[in-house]
Amino acid sequence: MSTAANNPNTALTVRNLAVYFGANKVLKDVSIDVAARAVTAIIGPSGCGKSTFLRALNRMHELNPEARMEGEIKLFGDDIYSRNVEPVVVRRRVGMVFQKSNPFPTMSITENVTVGLRLNGVREKKILNERTEQSLRMAALWDEVKDRLHAPAISLSGGQQQRLCIARALAVQPEVLLMDEPASALDPLATQKIEDLILQLKRDYTIVIVTHNMQQAARVSDFTAFFYLGELVEFDATAKIFTSPSKKQTEDYVTGRFG
Amino acid sequence: MTAPNHNWRKFKNSFMQTLTFACAILVVTPLVLVFYHLIKEGFSSINLAFFTQLPKPEGEIGGGMGNAIVGTFVLLGQAAVVGVPVGVLGGVFLSEYGGTKLNWAIRFAADILNGVPSINWGIVVWGLLVVPMHTYSALAGGVVLGMMMIPLVMRTTEEVLQLVPGGYREAALALGISKWKTIVQIVIRTAMKGIVTGVLLALARVAGETAPLIFTALGNENWPHKLTEPIAAMPLQIYNYAIGPYNDQHRQAWAGAFVLLLLVLFINIGVRFLTRDRFKPKT
Repeated sequence: MSTAANNPNTALTVRNLAVYFGANKVLKDVSIDVAARAVTAIIGPSGCGKSTFLRALNRMHELNPEARMEGEIKLFGDDIYSRNVEPVVVRRRVGMVFQKSNPFPTMSITENVTVGLRLNGVREKKILNERTEQSLRMAALWDEVKDRLHAPAISLSGGQQQRLCIARALAVQPEVLLMDEPASALDPLATQKIEDLILQLKRDYTIVIVTHNMQQAARVSDFTAFFYLGELVEFDATAKIFTSPSKKQTEDYVTGRFG
Repeated sequence: MTAPNHNWRKFKNSFMQTLTFACAILVVTPLVLVFYHLIKEGFSSINLAFFTQLPKPEGEIGGGMGNAIVGTFVLLGQAAVVGVPVGVLGGVFLSEYGGTKLNWAIRFAADILNGVPSINWGIVVWGLLVVPMHTYSALAGGVVLGMMMIPLVMRTTEEVLQLVPGGYREAALALGISKWKTIVQIVIRTAMKGIVTGVLLALARVAGETAPLIFTALGNENWPHKLTEPIAAMPLQIYNYAIGPYNDQHRQAWAGAFVLLLLVLFINIGVRFLTRDRFKPKT
């Protein structure tokens, strides 16, 4: 963890991050360099702070009025917690996909994909159409929906809805994509599609994924961080974490002895 | 465990079942009675003249309450202009902004206001508008009905906005959409049918108000001309005719009550129609 802060291969530089909800300290002194155009998995038992860590990366934790943070997070060198940076701007650069797929029920498939652009002032039909196709292709959904782009988004299956949410997040062209257990509510086939998609996307995007599924972390990620009780226990190349971790706690967790 | 004991239990059970059923019937009875009387007394008096003509001078036969029907719609239109924006935006504040303590105070105030006797609203607006303007007016009537709608619309709006799953708000905010646009374009749009339902029910509720209009709209024998003049309204006309001495006025009062009930009924049917495939969050 001694990478220079402005290394272009580092997307996110997290230094001494602590997050409190009221008096409760849920993240303690976390420092990580998230590699660009790679997949970083966050694993750990429930309540270890991994979702909070993820949400701190695009300031979504601030939706909880009790939340407070210390430390520093830089996105390609820019301090995202700087006084003059609006959370809205951070979230345009750092997109997010949630555990439960949540396409907007009042909108069609196309409208869902373009909503982030339209509500940020993009009007040109041509750009919107281009971005729709491009995003749906990247989310591996284009072939399944290209004949019914104006159908309601909630007419899609669960797995398709989640890929639509990924397309919607990609349409605003973020630099980093955060995924909070994106496949935990899906069946094995839909899960596999999401995992294939993650491997495709890392060519262009930096991905941070929280997962409860250790096989999934091993399959899709390049780096893995193990959190326990709000602390970062170990952070290393995924192969190393799953074969020869340096901490006993990590070994116990990845071999299923606890958690 | 013994047989007599069992029978006693069975008796208690069937007794309570009958009692609750009787009470349920008792709830519906007034509606059936009101309908029966209004149809019996009012339906035969409804003809084209009733809807299109002005009231005849006292003692003369015939005429209608066209001006009161138009007046009621004018009053409801004004009430919507006053009540809907304030009520909906207030509901948005309660649901989307606002701290716990402040919200508690606002909700408490709204619930109290919902229970304030309607005549008190009439007195308040009489003091606020009628006295300074030196005249009863349609404007004052519309304002009083609108003010009565505000707490109703606010509470229902808050409730339906709370039904919108938080995941949609998070998804929109995570796309870098500002909070206000998220509320207008995602949250309100998702809850639109519920909001419209709340507005319609509030309109139906104030459509039959009489007491506040006595202090404000007053009533009028002619067609509505200006908002600064007194205006006729169906509940007022029904009241005036019902306490009058003439049989023909009583006949028209029944007919007016019947038409007013039909109006409220149609609004309620409209609500059912709207909520038929009301948005249900997928779980």
